[in-house]
Amino acid sequence: MTATTTRPTPGTATAPGTAAAPGTAAPDAPAAGLVEVRGVHKSYGTLEVLAGIDLVVRPGEVTVILGPSGSGKSTLLRVINHLEKVDRGFVAVDGDLIGYSRWGDTLRELKEKDILVQRTRIGFVFQGFNLFPHLTALENVVEAPVSAQGRPRAEVEAEARELLARVGLADKVDARPRQLSGGQQQRVAIARALATRPRVLLFDEPTSALDPELVGEVLDVIKDLAHGGTTMLVVTHEIGFAREVADTVVFMDAGRVVEQGPPTQVLDAPRHDRTKAFLDKVL
Amino acid sequence: MSTLSLPQDESRQLAPPPGNLPDPPGVATLAPASATAPTDSTTTATDATRWEDLKVVPARLPGRWIATAGVAVLLAMVVSSLVTNPKWEWTIVAQYLTWPSVLNGLWGTIRLTAVAAIIGFGLGTILALMRLSRSPLLQAVSSAYTWVFRSVPLILQLLLWYNLAYLYPTLSLGVPFGPGFLEFGTLDVIDKFGAAILGLGLSQAAYSSEIVRAGILSVDQGQHEAAASLGIPRSRQTLRIVLPQAMRTIVPTSVNEIIGLVKGTSVVYVLAYGELFYTIGVIYGRNQRVVPLLMVAAIWYLVITTVLTIAQYYVERHYAKGAVRTLPPTPVQRVRWTLQVAWSRITGRPVPAHLPPAYAARAAVGRGHLLRTGTNDRHVGGVA
Repeated sequence: MTATTTRPTPGTATAPGTAAAPGTAAPDAPAAGLVEVRGVHKSYGTLEVLAGIDLVVRPGEVTVILGPSGSGKSTLLRVINHLEKVDRGFVAVDGDLIGYSRWGDTLRELKEKDILVQRTRIGFVFQGFNLFPHLTALENVVEAPVSAQGRPRAEVEAEARELLARVGLADKVDARPRQLSGGQQQRVAIARALATRPRVLLFDEPTSALDPELVGEVLDVIKDLAHGGTTMLVVTHEIGFAREVADTVVFMDAGRVVEQGPPTQVLDAPRHDRTKAFLDKVL
Repeated sequence: MSTLSLPQDESRQLAPPPGNLPDPPGVATLAPASATAPTDSTTTATDATRWEDLKVVPARLPGRWIATAGVAVLLAMVVSSLVTNPKWEWTIVAQYLTWPSVLNGLWGTIRLTAVAAIIGFGLGTILALMRLSRSPLLQAVSSAYTWVFRSVPLILQLLLWYNLAYLYPTLSLGVPFGPGFLEFGTLDVIDKFGAAILGLGLSQAAYSSEIVRAGILSVDQGQHEAAASLGIPRSRQTLRIVLPQAMRTIVPTSVNEIIGLVKGTSVVYVLAYGELFYTIGVIYGRNQRVVPLLMVAAIWYLVITTVLTIAQYYVERHYAKGAVRTLPPTPVQRVRWTLQVAWSRITGRPVPAHLPPAYAARAAVGRGHLLRTGTNDRHVGGVA
């Protein structure tokens, strides 16, 4: 697989232009947004949260991860952008190992600085939004492209306004998070995650902290983004959303992937009893 | 009706105790339904439409009146004794308040406070970041520093720094354990002022580091994660994301510390450095007017503290930007708006358009009217 390709200087981002267009990549060439998770184990103390996860998400696809709480869904996302370190196994995006670089037969842990660079290619949307409360919506979106990617402020600001317009918040650019509703805050957070032009977008229960009425507006934004070329992994309990948008549905339980496949298969004709039991409760 | 009175008021109005039924003179009668059928205490719908016509009698609070009167008398006694007792010698206080050497001493105090605060909070922030770093050595050094400098009394530290020349007659800059390039006499570098700011600043740093650390810890973990997930560089995470939010907790305690520092500078009199307290002492040593000169110092300390307190208000307000939906009005705005409301009620003219709705509504409300409009900044006690 491409993840083992020797890259002596990882951490230095390949220019987006050099990556192949999504969906057109040959299986053995690094493409924009290919996520590979191989044999990932993660424990907190004696509690094994991830017990050997293998998962490949093809570029441009939308994968919805379902599962009961405590099944390791969120941890898996956090491992993918290296907010959590893995105990065993590896994660690669477009063939770049996350958190490590390969030198011959050894893996060297990357410095935080290089990990931060890797993270600009992986957008993360939190359950609790985590917007910066002291900055306006626009400043929230502008911060990372300017300070992490060193792009010129004027250009970034213009792009940030476009992004905020795209999530339906053109009139809220100067509002601070506390002045926005939960749904609006989450849409700003999505715009913020998009601002670094990531190849992979991770959504960690993006609508769980919202009033039922506000869930729709956030899901609509995510639907618009789906199939726009960015690979997306969405942890959610919104089965309807999974059915409508997902290319692949992954069901996790007790730190393992129980089954995966197209939504019609996993949601309508689950092969495992555990999946059936879960879906019976949720649907 | 746009704004209703509180529910408990409603119930009070709706179900008057039987003894109150004969209406006191001047109070509008209740709706006939409840008056004619006093046993039926659940009539609501028909009365509700007529609440606007009822008169509100404010609650009588005799206890509050007695307490107020008592405090007023005590206050009057204090003021009268300050004025009538000639031994306060207010003319001398007034004379020395702006005496050149007193102003010099005041400048000394301000200078010491400012430099010690800068050293204290600068070093304190570094110590806090060391304490929160992942390096065990940095953590240990920071903890040990705080331990030592919080343990040793300030007055002892001041004398120790002043006597540094006894331990190390010369200081030199150079390679550690190797040759030095620059050499100078300790006494030339650490004079009285130097010893004073070293003592004050270094001990302040120990306290400030804990304040800054508490502030950083108070910032939600999600903020660190969000910043990290966006790839924002580490130093930028601290300066742009974490510290501005930590300031909400840091500012009140820090101003407390700086005010403490202002008065703490008076300890420097042991070095015979010309700050306010030492200067005052020199003067009353000569002219024996002890009390009036102590008053001079007290007044100046009060002035400095007042300025700092006002500054604190505005700094806190600045850092509250992200924490509240709308900032409360400043005292100046509040006074101005209240005056504008009063003026419009006297003259009958409309209030200026820029007034917030709560104030504008106050101007429109008539006396004794049941419509009450609470302002955000104050719990409405009486009738507007």
